[in-house]
Amino acid sequence: MSSSHHRVLIIGSGPAGLTAAIYTARASLQPMVIEGEPSSTSDQPGGQLMLTTEVENFPGFPEGIMGPELMTRCREQAARFGAQFLTEKVTKVDFSSRPFKAWVRDTLYTADSVIVSTGAQSVMLGLPEETRLIGHGLSTCATCDGFFFRGQEIVVVGGGDSALEEAQFLTKFATKVTVIHRRDKLRASKIMQDRAFANDKIEFVWNSQVTRILGEDKVSGVELTNLVDGSTSTLDVTGVFVAIGHKPNTGLFAGVLAMDSTGYLITKPDSTYTDIDGVFACGDVQDHVYRQAITAAGSGCMAAIDAERWLEAQH
Amino acid sequence: MADGIVTLTSETFDEAVRSSQTPVLVDFWAEWCGPCKQIAPVLAELASENKGKLTVAKLNVDDHSDIASRFGVMSIPTLIVFNQGEPAKRLVGAKGKSQLVQELAEFL
Repeated sequence: MSSSHHRVLIIGSGPAGLTAAIYTARASLQPMVIEGEPSSTSDQPGGQLMLTTEVENFPGFPEGIMGPELMTRCREQAARFGAQFLTEKVTKVDFSSRPFKAWVRDTLYTADSVIVSTGAQSVMLGLPEETRLIGHGLSTCATCDGFFFRGQEIVVVGGGDSALEEAQFLTKFATKVTVIHRRDKLRASKIMQDRAFANDKIEFVWNSQVTRILGEDKVSGVELTNLVDGSTSTLDVTGVFVAIGHKPNTGLFAGVLAMDSTGYLITKPDSTYTDIDGVFACGDVQDHVYRQAITAAGSGCMAAIDAERWLEAQH
Repeated sequence: MADGIVTLTSETFDEAVRSSQTPVLVDFWAEWCGPCKQIAPVLAELASENKGKLTVAKLNVDDHSDIASRFGVMSIPTLIVFNQGEPAKRLVGAKGKSQLVQELAEFL
Protein backbone atom coordinates (compact mmCIF):
# COMPACT_ATOMS: atom_id res chain seq x y z
CA MET A 1 0.00 0.00 0.00
CA SER A 2 1.56 3.26 -1.17
CA SER A 3 0.73 6.71 0.12
CA SER A 4 1.53 10.36 -0.49
CA HIS A 5 0.90 13.55 1.45
CA HIS A 6 -0.47 16.84 0.08
CA ARG A 7 -1.24 20.29 1.43
CA VAL A 8 -4.53 20.38 -0.48
CA LEU A 9 -6.47 17.46 -1.90
CA ILE A 10 -9.22 18.32 -4.39
CA ILE A 11 -11.82 15.64 -5.13
CA GLY A 12 -13.62 16.27 -8.43
CA SER A 13 -12.68 18.33 -11.47
CA GLY A 14 -15.60 20.30 -12.87
CA PRO A 15 -15.59 24.11 -12.95
CA ALA A 16 -15.50 24.22 -9.11
CA GLY A 17 -12.64 21.77 -8.60
CA LEU A 18 -10.53 23.17 -11.43
CA THR A 19 -10.98 26.77 -10.25
CA ALA A 20 -9.99 25.68 -6.74
CA ALA A 21 -6.97 23.97 -8.35
CA ILE A 22 -5.95 27.12 -10.25
CA TYR A 23 -6.17 29.27 -7.11
CA THR A 24 -4.43 26.86 -4.73
CA ALA A 25 -1.76 26.10 -7.33
CA ARG A 26 -1.07 29.81 -7.76
CA ALA A 27 -0.80 30.03 -3.97
CA SER A 28 2.03 27.44 -4.23
CA LEU A 29 0.03 24.79 -2.39
CA GLN A 30 0.65 22.19 -5.12
CA PRO A 31 -2.85 20.72 -5.03
CA MET A 32 -3.47 17.08 -5.89
CA VAL A 33 -6.66 16.73 -7.93
CA ILE A 34 -8.29 13.31 -7.98
CA GLU A 35 -10.36 14.11 -11.02
CA GLY A 36 -12.63 11.10 -11.41
CA GLU A 37 -12.97 8.41 -14.06
CA PRO A 38 -14.48 8.27 -17.56
CA SER A 39 -18.27 7.88 -17.48
CA SER A 40 -21.27 8.63 -19.69
CA THR A 41 -23.49 9.96 -16.92
CA SER A 42 -21.96 13.40 -16.28
CA ASP A 43 -19.76 12.43 -13.30
CA GLN A 44 -16.56 12.22 -15.36
CA PRO A 45 -13.36 14.30 -15.25
CA GLY A 46 -14.34 17.83 -16.32
CA GLY A 47 -17.85 17.37 -14.95
CA GLN A 48 -21.23 17.94 -16.51
CA LEU A 49 -19.96 20.34 -19.17
CA MET A 50 -18.10 17.45 -20.80
CA LEU A 51 -21.42 16.17 -22.13
CA THR A 52 -22.71 19.51 -23.38
CA THR A 53 -22.19 21.38 -26.61
CA GLU A 54 -22.00 25.14 -26.74
CA VAL A 55 -21.77 27.21 -23.56
CA GLU A 56 -23.18 30.66 -24.32
CA ASN A 57 -23.36 32.18 -20.85
CA PHE A 58 -19.80 31.85 -19.53
CA PRO A 59 -18.37 35.39 -19.36
CA GLY A 60 -15.43 36.07 -21.66
CA PHE A 61 -16.59 34.02 -24.62
CA PRO A 62 -18.82 36.28 -26.71
CA GLU A 63 -18.98 33.70 -29.52
CA GLY A 64 -19.61 30.86 -27.06
CA ILE A 65 -17.28 27.97 -26.32
CA MET A 66 -17.76 24.21 -26.42
CA GLY A 67 -18.20 22.76 -22.91
CA PRO A 68 -15.42 20.15 -23.23
CA GLU A 69 -13.02 22.76 -24.59
CA LEU A 70 -13.73 25.13 -21.70
CA MET A 71 -12.96 22.38 -19.21
CA THR A 72 -9.83 21.25 -21.04
CA ARG A 73 -8.55 24.81 -20.89
CA CYS A 74 -9.32 25.11 -17.16
CA ARG A 75 -7.38 21.90 -16.56
CA GLU A 76 -4.38 23.16 -18.56
CA GLN A 77 -4.50 26.41 -16.63
CA ALA A 78 -4.35 24.55 -13.30
CA ALA A 79 -1.56 22.26 -14.55
CA ARG A 80 0.45 25.30 -15.66
CA PHE A 81 0.71 26.43 -12.03
CA GLY A 82 1.67 23.01 -10.69
CA ALA A 83 -1.59 21.19 -9.94
CA GLN A 84 -1.19 17.41 -10.16
CA PHE A 85 -3.94 15.21 -11.60
CA LEU A 86 -4.94 11.64 -11.00
CA THR A 87 -7.62 10.11 -13.28
CA GLU A 88 -9.19 7.87 -10.67
CA LYS A 89 -12.20 7.80 -8.42
CA VAL A 90 -11.80 8.11 -4.67
CA THR A 91 -13.14 4.92 -3.12
CA LYS A 92 -13.14 5.83 0.59
CA VAL A 93 -12.46 8.80 2.84
CA ASP A 94 -11.72 9.25 6.52
CA PHE A 95 -11.94 12.83 7.76
CA SER A 96 -12.24 11.92 11.45
CA SER A 97 -8.64 12.85 12.25
CA ARG A 98 -5.77 14.82 10.69
CA PRO A 99 -4.19 14.45 8.30
CA PHE A 100 -7.37 13.74 6.32
CA LYS A 101 -7.35 10.49 4.38
CA ALA A 102 -8.67 9.46 0.98
CA TRP A 103 -8.12 6.14 -0.75
CA VAL A 104 -8.14 5.11 -4.37
CA ARG A 105 -8.54 1.37 -3.79
CA ASP A 106 -5.24 0.48 -2.00
CA THR A 107 -3.46 3.79 -2.43
CA LEU A 108 -3.74 6.26 0.43
CA TYR A 109 -3.63 10.03 -0.05
CA THR A 110 -3.26 12.14 3.06
CA ALA A 111 -3.83 15.89 3.14
CA ASP A 112 -3.78 18.88 5.48
CA SER A 113 -6.96 20.18 3.84
CA VAL A 114 -9.58 18.79 1.45
CA ILE A 115 -11.78 20.52 -1.12
CA VAL A 116 -14.81 18.47 -2.13
CA SER A 117 -16.10 19.30 -5.62
CA THR A 118 -17.62 16.02 -6.80
CA GLY A 119 -20.58 17.75 -8.46
CA ALA A 120 -23.87 16.19 -9.43
CA GLN A 121 -24.97 13.66 -12.00
CA SER A 122 -28.10 13.32 -14.06
CA VAL A 123 -30.79 11.09 -12.64
CA MET A 124 -32.63 8.40 -14.57
CA LEU A 125 -36.35 7.70 -14.46
CA GLY A 126 -35.95 4.75 -12.09
CA LEU A 127 -37.83 2.27 -14.30
CA PRO A 128 -36.73 -1.39 -14.19
CA GLU A 129 -36.39 -1.61 -18.01
CA GLU A 130 -33.76 1.14 -18.05
CA THR A 131 -30.88 -1.29 -17.42
CA ARG A 132 -31.96 -3.41 -20.37
CA LEU A 133 -32.52 -0.54 -22.80
CA ILE A 134 -29.60 1.73 -22.04
CA GLY A 135 -27.53 1.88 -25.20
CA HIS A 136 -30.46 0.49 -27.18
CA GLY A 137 -32.40 3.69 -27.65
CA LEU A 138 -32.25 4.97 -24.08
CA SER A 139 -29.42 7.45 -23.70
CA THR A 140 -27.77 9.52 -21.00
CA CYS A 141 -25.68 11.54 -23.46
CA ALA A 142 -27.37 13.48 -26.28
CA THR A 143 -24.08 14.75 -27.69
CA CYS A 144 -22.76 11.16 -27.90
CA ASP A 145 -25.83 9.44 -29.28
CA GLY A 146 -27.89 11.99 -31.23
CA PHE A 147 -26.21 10.83 -34.43
CA PHE A 148 -27.88 7.41 -34.24
CA PHE A 149 -31.36 8.93 -34.43
CA ARG A 150 -31.11 10.58 -37.83
CA GLY A 151 -34.55 10.68 -39.45
CA GLN A 152 -36.27 9.18 -36.39
CA GLU A 153 -38.78 10.37 -33.80
CA ILE A 154 -37.64 10.60 -30.20
CA VAL A 155 -38.58 12.01 -26.79
CA VAL A 156 -36.73 14.13 -24.29
CA VAL A 157 -38.01 13.88 -20.71
CA GLY A 158 -37.73 17.00 -18.56
CA GLY A 159 -38.52 20.70 -18.54
CA GLY A 160 -35.36 22.53 -17.52
CA ASP A 161 -32.51 24.11 -19.45
CA SER A 162 -30.74 20.75 -19.90
CA ALA A 163 -33.85 19.16 -21.40
CA LEU A 164 -34.41 22.00 -23.86
CA GLU A 165 -30.73 22.16 -24.81
CA GLU A 166 -30.82 18.44 -25.58
CA ALA A 167 -34.08 18.76 -27.51
CA GLN A 168 -32.68 21.62 -29.57
CA PHE A 169 -29.45 19.71 -30.28
CA LEU A 170 -31.32 16.53 -31.19
CA THR A 171 -33.40 18.29 -33.87
CA LYS A 172 -30.19 18.29 -35.92
CA PHE A 173 -30.76 14.56 -36.37
CA ALA A 174 -34.31 13.59 -35.45
CA THR A 175 -37.34 14.53 -37.53
CA LYS A 176 -39.43 15.14 -34.42
CA VAL A 177 -38.49 15.64 -30.78
CA THR A 178 -41.30 15.49 -28.22
CA VAL A 179 -40.54 17.02 -24.84
CA ILE A 180 -42.41 15.26 -22.03
CA HIS A 181 -42.85 17.44 -18.96
CA ARG A 182 -44.72 16.68 -15.79
CA ARG A 183 -46.00 20.23 -15.30
CA ASP A 184 -47.90 22.65 -17.50
CA LYS A 185 -45.04 25.09 -17.77
CA LEU A 186 -41.29 24.82 -18.21
CA ARG A 187 -38.61 25.46 -15.63
CA ALA A 188 -36.09 26.44 -18.33
CA SER A 189 -34.80 29.97 -18.91
CA LYS A 190 -36.75 32.31 -21.16
CA ILE A 191 -34.23 32.26 -24.01
CA MET A 192 -34.23 28.44 -24.11
CA GLN A 193 -38.04 28.35 -24.04
CA ASP A 194 -38.31 30.88 -26.86
CA ARG A 195 -35.95 28.84 -29.02
CA ALA A 196 -37.76 25.59 -28.30
CA PHE A 197 -41.19 27.06 -29.05
CA ALA A 198 -39.83 28.53 -32.31
CA ASN A 199 -38.39 25.19 -33.43
CA ASP A 200 -41.02 23.42 -35.52
CA LYS A 201 -39.43 20.01 -34.94
CA ILE A 202 -40.05 20.28 -31.18
CA GLU A 203 -43.44 19.39 -29.71
CA PHE A 204 -44.57 19.28 -26.09
CA VAL A 205 -46.65 16.89 -24.04
CA TRP A 206 -47.60 18.60 -20.77
CA ASN A 207 -48.54 17.28 -17.34
CA SER A 208 -47.23 13.85 -18.21
CA GLN A 209 -44.78 11.32 -16.93
CA VAL A 210 -43.05 8.42 -18.69
CA THR A 211 -44.27 5.39 -16.76
CA ARG A 212 -42.82 2.69 -19.02
CA ILE A 213 -40.30 2.43 -21.81
CA LEU A 214 -41.52 -0.04 -24.41
CA GLY A 215 -39.43 -2.48 -26.43
CA GLU A 216 -37.59 -5.73 -25.76
CA ASP A 217 -34.21 -5.41 -27.55
CA LYS A 218 -34.54 -1.75 -28.35
CA VAL A 219 -36.80 1.16 -27.60
CA SER A 220 -40.04 1.15 -29.58
CA GLY A 221 -42.07 3.67 -27.61
CA VAL A 222 -43.01 5.12 -24.25
CA GLU A 223 -46.09 4.82 -22.08
CA LEU A 224 -47.22 8.21 -20.80
CA THR A 225 -49.43 8.85 -17.81
CA ASN A 226 -51.28 12.12 -17.65
CA LEU A 227 -50.83 13.45 -14.12
CA VAL A 228 -54.03 15.49 -14.20
CA ASP A 229 -56.59 12.85 -15.19
CA GLY A 230 -54.54 9.64 -14.75
CA SER A 231 -55.10 8.49 -18.33
CA THR A 232 -52.36 6.58 -20.15
CA SER A 233 -51.29 6.68 -23.77
CA THR A 234 -48.38 5.44 -25.83
CA LEU A 235 -46.08 7.30 -28.16
CA ASP A 236 -44.08 5.41 -30.79
CA VAL A 237 -40.46 6.57 -30.66
CA THR A 238 -37.07 4.94 -31.14
CA GLY A 239 -35.11 7.11 -28.74
CA VAL A 240 -35.50 8.31 -25.14
CA PHE A 241 -33.25 11.00 -23.67
CA VAL A 242 -33.65 11.75 -19.99
CA ALA A 243 -32.95 15.19 -18.50
CA ILE A 244 -35.16 15.33 -15.42
CA GLY A 245 -32.62 16.66 -12.96
CA HIS A 246 -29.52 15.93 -10.98
CA LYS A 247 -28.44 14.33 -7.74
CA PRO A 248 -25.29 15.30 -5.85
CA ASN A 249 -22.37 12.86 -5.93
CA THR A 250 -22.10 12.49 -2.18
CA GLY A 251 -22.33 8.72 -1.62
CA LEU A 252 -18.68 8.78 -0.58
CA PHE A 253 -19.41 11.23 2.24
CA ALA A 254 -22.43 9.53 3.83
CA GLY A 255 -21.92 9.60 7.59
CA VAL A 256 -18.77 11.70 7.11
CA LEU A 257 -19.97 15.21 6.19
CA ALA A 258 -23.25 16.92 7.07
CA MET A 259 -25.76 16.85 4.22
CA ASP A 260 -29.38 17.84 3.77
CA SER A 261 -32.23 15.40 3.21
CA THR A 262 -31.58 15.33 -0.56
CA GLY A 263 -27.87 14.56 -0.16
CA TYR A 264 -26.39 18.00 -0.84
CA LEU A 265 -23.43 18.91 1.40
CA ILE A 266 -24.17 21.66 3.89
CA THR A 267 -21.76 24.59 3.99
CA LYS A 268 -21.69 27.38 6.56
CA PRO A 269 -23.37 30.57 5.29
CA ASP A 270 -21.17 32.84 3.16
CA SER A 271 -18.35 30.31 3.09
CA THR A 272 -17.35 26.88 1.81
CA TYR A 273 -16.71 25.43 5.30
CA THR A 274 -18.32 22.03 5.88
CA ASP A 275 -19.01 20.75 9.40
CA ILE A 276 -15.44 19.40 9.55
CA ASP A 277 -12.77 22.03 10.05
CA GLY A 278 -10.31 21.88 7.14
CA VAL A 279 -12.74 20.23 4.70
CA PHE A 280 -14.38 22.59 2.22
CA ALA A 281 -17.11 22.03 -0.38
CA CYS A 282 -17.84 23.92 -3.59
CA GLY A 283 -19.84 23.65 -6.79
CA ASP A 284 -22.97 21.63 -7.44
CA VAL A 285 -22.24 19.17 -4.64
CA GLN A 286 -23.39 21.90 -2.23
CA ASP A 287 -25.60 24.02 -4.51
CA HIS A 288 -29.09 22.98 -5.58
CA VAL A 289 -30.16 26.54 -6.30
CA TYR A 290 -27.94 28.10 -8.99
CA ARG A 291 -26.04 25.13 -10.50
CA GLN A 292 -24.23 27.12 -13.19
CA ALA A 293 -20.67 26.70 -14.44
CA ILE A 294 -19.88 30.25 -13.35
CA THR A 295 -21.34 29.87 -9.85
CA ALA A 296 -19.47 26.56 -9.45
CA ALA A 297 -16.25 28.28 -10.54
CA GLY A 298 -16.97 31.16 -8.15
CA SER A 299 -17.46 28.84 -5.21
CA GLY A 300 -14.32 26.91 -6.22
CA CYS A 301 -12.40 30.16 -5.87
CA MET A 302 -14.00 30.71 -2.44
CA ALA A 303 -13.00 27.20 -1.33
CA ALA A 304 -9.40 27.79 -2.41
CA ILE A 305 -9.21 31.06 -0.47
CA ASP A 306 -10.92 29.50 2.55
CA ALA A 307 -8.48 26.56 2.46
CA GLU A 308 -5.44 28.79 2.04
CA ARG A 309 -6.39 31.02 4.98
CA TRP A 310 -7.33 28.06 7.12
CA LEU A 311 -3.96 26.39 6.43
CA GLU A 312 -2.12 29.60 7.33
CA ALA A 313 -4.02 29.86 10.61
CA GLN A 314 -2.94 26.35 11.61
CA HIS A 315 0.63 27.41 12.32
CA MET B 1 -1.51 1.25 -35.28
CA ALA B 2 0.01 3.86 -33.05
CA ASP B 3 -0.67 3.20 -29.34
CA GLY B 4 -1.24 -0.53 -30.03
CA ILE B 5 -4.83 -0.03 -31.18
CA VAL B 6 -5.89 -1.43 -34.57
CA THR B 7 -8.01 0.89 -36.71
CA LEU B 8 -10.86 -1.02 -38.38
CA THR B 9 -12.94 0.01 -41.38
CA SER B 10 -16.00 -1.43 -43.12
CA GLU B 11 -13.60 -3.20 -45.48
CA THR B 12 -11.30 -4.72 -42.85
CA PHE B 13 -13.72 -5.40 -40.01
CA ASP B 14 -14.97 -8.93 -40.80
CA GLU B 15 -11.61 -10.40 -41.69
CA ALA B 16 -9.94 -8.77 -38.68
CA VAL B 17 -12.35 -10.11 -36.05
CA ARG B 18 -12.64 -13.56 -37.68
CA SER B 19 -8.98 -14.30 -38.28
CA SER B 20 -7.65 -12.94 -35.00
CA GLN B 21 -5.77 -15.39 -32.78
CA THR B 22 -7.07 -13.54 -29.72
CA PRO B 23 -10.43 -12.04 -28.77
CA VAL B 24 -10.85 -8.56 -30.29
CA LEU B 25 -12.21 -5.68 -28.24
CA VAL B 26 -13.78 -3.19 -30.65
CA ASP B 27 -14.32 0.38 -29.47
CA PHE B 28 -17.19 1.98 -31.44
CA TRP B 29 -16.40 5.68 -31.24
CA ALA B 30 -16.59 9.05 -33.00
CA GLU B 31 -14.71 12.32 -32.97
CA TRP B 32 -17.64 14.28 -31.45
CA CYS B 33 -18.10 11.95 -28.48
CA GLY B 34 -16.45 13.30 -25.33
CA PRO B 35 -16.61 10.10 -23.24
CA CYS B 36 -15.02 8.23 -26.19
CA LYS B 37 -12.02 10.55 -26.01
CA GLN B 38 -11.77 10.01 -22.26
CA ILE B 39 -11.50 6.24 -22.55
CA ALA B 40 -8.99 6.29 -25.44
CA PRO B 41 -5.93 6.38 -23.13
CA VAL B 42 -7.45 3.64 -20.96
CA LEU B 43 -7.87 1.41 -24.02
CA ALA B 44 -4.29 2.09 -25.08
CA GLU B 45 -3.12 0.89 -21.65
CA LEU B 46 -5.30 -2.21 -21.91
CA ALA B 47 -3.80 -2.94 -25.33
CA SER B 48 -0.20 -2.68 -24.18
CA GLU B 49 -0.79 -4.61 -20.96
CA ASN B 50 -2.59 -7.50 -22.67
CA LYS B 51 -0.51 -8.13 -25.79
CA GLY B 52 -1.04 -11.68 -27.04
CA LYS B 53 -4.23 -12.08 -24.97
CA LEU B 54 -6.55 -9.37 -26.30
CA THR B 55 -6.45 -7.29 -29.46
CA VAL B 56 -7.82 -3.78 -29.01
CA ALA B 57 -9.36 -2.15 -32.08
CA LYS B 58 -11.47 0.88 -32.86
CA LEU B 59 -14.13 1.62 -35.42
CA ASN B 60 -15.28 5.13 -36.26
CA VAL B 61 -19.10 4.97 -36.41
CA ASP B 62 -19.28 8.20 -38.40
CA ASP B 63 -17.21 6.78 -41.26
CA HIS B 64 -18.34 3.15 -41.01
CA SER B 65 -21.95 3.34 -39.87
CA ASP B 66 -22.83 0.09 -41.69
CA ILE B 67 -20.82 -1.94 -39.16
CA ALA B 68 -22.21 0.04 -36.21
CA SER B 69 -25.78 -0.53 -37.33
CA ARG B 70 -25.15 -4.23 -38.06
CA PHE B 71 -24.38 -4.64 -34.35
CA GLY B 72 -27.17 -2.32 -33.26
CA VAL B 73 -24.84 0.28 -31.77
CA MET B 74 -27.02 3.23 -30.72
CA SER B 75 -24.83 4.74 -28.04
CA ILE B 76 -21.12 5.41 -27.90
CA PRO B 77 -18.72 4.47 -26.62
CA THR B 78 -19.89 0.87 -26.98
CA LEU B 79 -17.25 -1.81 -26.52
CA ILE B 80 -17.89 -5.26 -28.02
CA VAL B 81 -15.54 -8.20 -27.52
CA PHE B 82 -15.53 -10.56 -30.51
CA ASN B 83 -14.39 -14.09 -29.79
CA GLN B 84 -13.73 -16.10 -32.96
CA GLY B 85 -15.70 -13.52 -34.88
CA GLU B 86 -18.79 -13.67 -32.65
CA PRO B 87 -19.87 -10.95 -30.20
CA ALA B 88 -19.12 -12.35 -26.74
CA LYS B 89 -19.46 -9.32 -24.48
CA ARG B 90 -20.91 -5.84 -24.81
CA LEU B 91 -20.28 -2.81 -22.59
CA VAL B 92 -22.12 0.46 -23.11
CA GLY B 93 -20.80 3.79 -21.86
CA ALA B 94 -17.44 5.06 -20.70
CA LYS B 95 -15.91 3.44 -17.64
CA GLY B 96 -12.73 3.80 -15.63
CA LYS B 97 -9.84 1.40 -16.01
CA SER B 98 -10.41 -0.66 -12.87
CA GLN B 99 -14.04 -1.25 -13.80
CA LEU B 100 -13.14 -2.18 -17.38
CA VAL B 101 -10.49 -4.62 -16.21
CA GLN B 102 -13.05 -6.18 -13.89
CA GLU B 103 -15.73 -6.51 -16.57
CA LEU B 104 -13.27 -7.86 -19.15
CA ALA B 105 -11.54 -10.21 -16.71
CA GLU B 106 -12.49 -13.35 -18.65
CA PHE B 107 -10.53 -12.09 -21.68
CA LEU B 108 -7.44 -10.74 -19.91
